[in-house]
Amino acid sequence: MKIDGKRKIWKDYQKEIADDKFYYVRSCIRQNFFPGSEAAFLKILRDVLKKDVYDDSHHTTCSGIGYHTEVVPFETTMTVVGRNFSLMKESGYRNYVPSCVTSFGIYTEILDTWHHLPKVEERIHENLRIATKREFDIPDNLAHTSDIIFKFRNEIAEKAKYKLINKATGKPLKVVDHIGCHYAKMFPAKGVGGAEYPYVLAGMVEAWGGEPIDYPERRHCCGFGFRQYLIKANRGYSISGSKKKFESMEPYKPDFIITNCPGCAYFLDRWQYGLAEMEGKTYGEDGHGIPSLTYEEVAGLVLGFDPWELGLQLHQVPVESLLDKMGVSYDPDQKFKGLNNEDLGKPESPKNLKFYK
Amino acid sequence: MDKSVAVIGGGVAGIETASILGHLGYNVILFEKENQLGGNVLSWDRLFPSRRPAHEVVTESMSALTTRCSVHTSTTVKSINKSNGQFTVGIDNGKSFDASAVVLTTGFELFAAEKKEEYGFGIFENVITSRDLEQMFKKHGKPVMANGNTPKRVAFIHCVGSRDEKVNKAYCSKVCCVTAVKQAIEIKEALPGTEVFNFYMDLRMFGHGYEQLYKEAQVLGVTFVRGRLSETNETTGGSIIVKVEDTLAAKPMRLTVDLVVLMVGMNPKPETEGILSSLGLPVNEDGFVGIKDAHTAATKTNTEGVFVAGACTGPNNITDSINSARAAALQVHSYLNHK
Repeated sequence: MKIDGKRKIWKDYQKEIADDKFYYVRSCIRQNFFPGSEAAFLKILRDVLKKDVYDDSHHTTCSGIGYHTEVVPFETTMTVVGRNFSLMKESGYRNYVPSCVTSFGIYTEILDTWHHLPKVEERIHENLRIATKREFDIPDNLAHTSDIIFKFRNEIAEKAKYKLINKATGKPLKVVDHIGCHYAKMFPAKGVGGAEYPYVLAGMVEAWGGEPIDYPERRHCCGFGFRQYLIKANRGYSISGSKKKFESMEPYKPDFIITNCPGCAYFLDRWQYGLAEMEGKTYGEDGHGIPSLTYEEVAGLVLGFDPWELGLQLHQVPVESLLDKMGVSYDPDQKFKGLNNEDLGKPESPKNLKFYK
Repeated sequence: MDKSVAVIGGGVAGIETASILGHLGYNVILFEKENQLGGNVLSWDRLFPSRRPAHEVVTESMSALTTRCSVHTSTTVKSINKSNGQFTVGIDNGKSFDASAVVLTTGFELFAAEKKEEYGFGIFENVITSRDLEQMFKKHGKPVMANGNTPKRVAFIHCVGSRDEKVNKAYCSKVCCVTAVKQAIEIKEALPGTEVFNFYMDLRMFGHGYEQLYKEAQVLGVTFVRGRLSETNETTGGSIIVKVEDTLAAKPMRLTVDLVVLMVGMNPKPETEGILSSLGLPVNEDGFVGIKDAHTAATKTNTEGVFVAGACTGPNNITDSINSARAAALQVHSYLNHK
C-alpha cells in the first residue's frame, strides 16, 4: 500500500462544505436504529462547536428508499425534495445538511438532474406550486452530516477527552471505515476523497488518533442494498453480502467499524448477531463481535459523552470492548436504564455472540 | 537546395522523416524535448510480433540520418508561426528557426493509469503498467513483485484508458492487445511455472503476425478471459484481488494474483495542442492532430506546408508510424517542389 497514492487522490477530491448556519434534515430510519446519533450531531454542533443548526420538525422523508425500490416515481421524489427545499427557504437558511446517506445521494442526483435539465427543475417548481403554493431555492451548499463532522474533525480532536488509542498498549486502534454506497459512488466529486478511496471517515479516524484499515472488500455493499433486504425473499443476499465483508476484514483484527450511512451501521451490527446465531461464527476477539458505530457516536465518545446517552446500548454487538480500550469511563449498571433511572429491562442474551459483561 | 524543414518530435516517426528528407537534400532541423532521440520506443524492451530488441529500430533509423540534419534534443517547441509561406519555429529558450515546411511527429503519451482509480495503480505496489513491465524485462529479464519475489500469477488488464468513456477515451489504442499477448508469452518463456491471465474486451489482432502470436500464447497456456475488471484490492500479503466479469460465462470472477499489468492506452500529448493552437489547426474528436483527409491526405493538415506523421494523429504501431513518416517526407518534397 502506497499511502502517498491515496493522499494524492484525497487531495484531488475536496469539496466545499459550509462553515455554519445549517438546515438539518433527519433520516427516516436512524432515529429507530441508533437514536443517539442524530442527537449527538446536534449536541456536537451546537454545544461543542457553537454552530447554528436549524432542526426543522416539518420536513418529510426524501422518499429515497421508495425511489430506489421503484415504488415512488422520480418526479414525485423531486417534488417532495422541492418541498423540503421550500421549508429551508422559509426558515432563512441556505446550507442543507441531510443526516442520511441515501438522502444525500437523492439530493445530489436531483441537483445534478436540474443542472443538466433546467426544464425538469421548472416543472418541479410548478408541481410544488400547484400542490402546496410553495416556492423553493436550490441550497447554497449541500453537505452530508459526515462531511460536517469531517470539516470540524481537528476542532473535535482539540477538545477530545479520549483518543482512538488503546490505553493499555498505547497503539492506535485499528478502524475499518465503511462508506454508504450513495455517498459518492454515483457522484465521486461530491464525496470527500472521492468514491474509490473515500477520506471522509478515514480523516476523522486519523485526526482522533486511530489507524484506518484497508481490506479487500472495503467497497462492497454492507448488505442492506434496499431490495436485498426490503424484499423478504432476498434477505439471503443481504446477510451473505455482510458476511463477505466480515470475512474480509477479520484478518486485520479491527477494533471497531465506523460508518456514515444509517443502513450500513445497522446491518454491519445486526448481521453479526444473525451470523453468530446461524453459523456460530463471530468476527471479533474471543467470541465477541466487532463493534459497529456511527461517526457521531465515535465523535461523541472522543468528546467524552456518556456512552449510554449516545445510545450505544442499542447496538447488537456490545461496545464495551471499545470503551475499555479507549479508557472511556462508564457505569455498566446504567446501560439499560432510561430517563429518571427507569429500568428498561435487559435484552435476551444471544446464544453465540458474547455479551461483554 | 537550401530549403529547411522543421521536424517536431524525435521518436521513430520524426527520425524517419528527418532521415528521408535529408536524403532528398533538405536541411532538416529535428527538435526533441527529451535528452535523446527515440521517443516511447526507448521505454520498451522487445517489440511485437518478432520480439526483436526495441533499441534496434531506433539505432537503425538513426544510422540513416545524414549530416544535413541538425538535432536539437532537450528542446521544447513552444510555437510555430506562418508568414508569407515561411514558418518560424519558437523554442523554449526564446530562440527561433526558419523553415519552409513543418512536419509534426510529436507522438503520444501513455494513459495515466492512476485515473482509473478503482484499478489501484499508484496505490497498490503490485499493480503496474505495460511500460513498467517492459522496464522489468530490460532490467531483470522477468517480472518481479515489489518485494523482489517472482510472481506465480499475473493478470493483464486490457483497454486501460482505451474504449472507456468514463475517462473520456472512447477510441481503441490498437496496439495494447498484441502488446499484452507478447508480454504474456514473454512471461511464460521467462517463468514457465507462472500462470498468466488476460482479461480483454475484444482481441484486435489486426497486424501481420499478430494472430499467430495469439495462438502461440494459447499454446503456452496463457488463459484468456473476455471480461472487464471492476476493481482491485490488496490482501495482507501484498497480493492483488481482481474482480472481473467473465462475459462469455456470464459470471463474476474473483481471482488473487501476484502482479496486475494494466495495458495503458495511447493519449495525445498535451504540448502538441499548444503547437496546433499557434498554427490555428484543430484536434480531432479524440484529441489527436486533425488530418486533412482520412483516405487521401492522412499526412497533410489543413495548413499548407504543415504535415504530420506517426502517433500524433492517433494510435499507431511502429510499422505504420515509419510508413507515415516516409509518406509525409515525400509530401513535403512534393510541396516544396511545386511551391
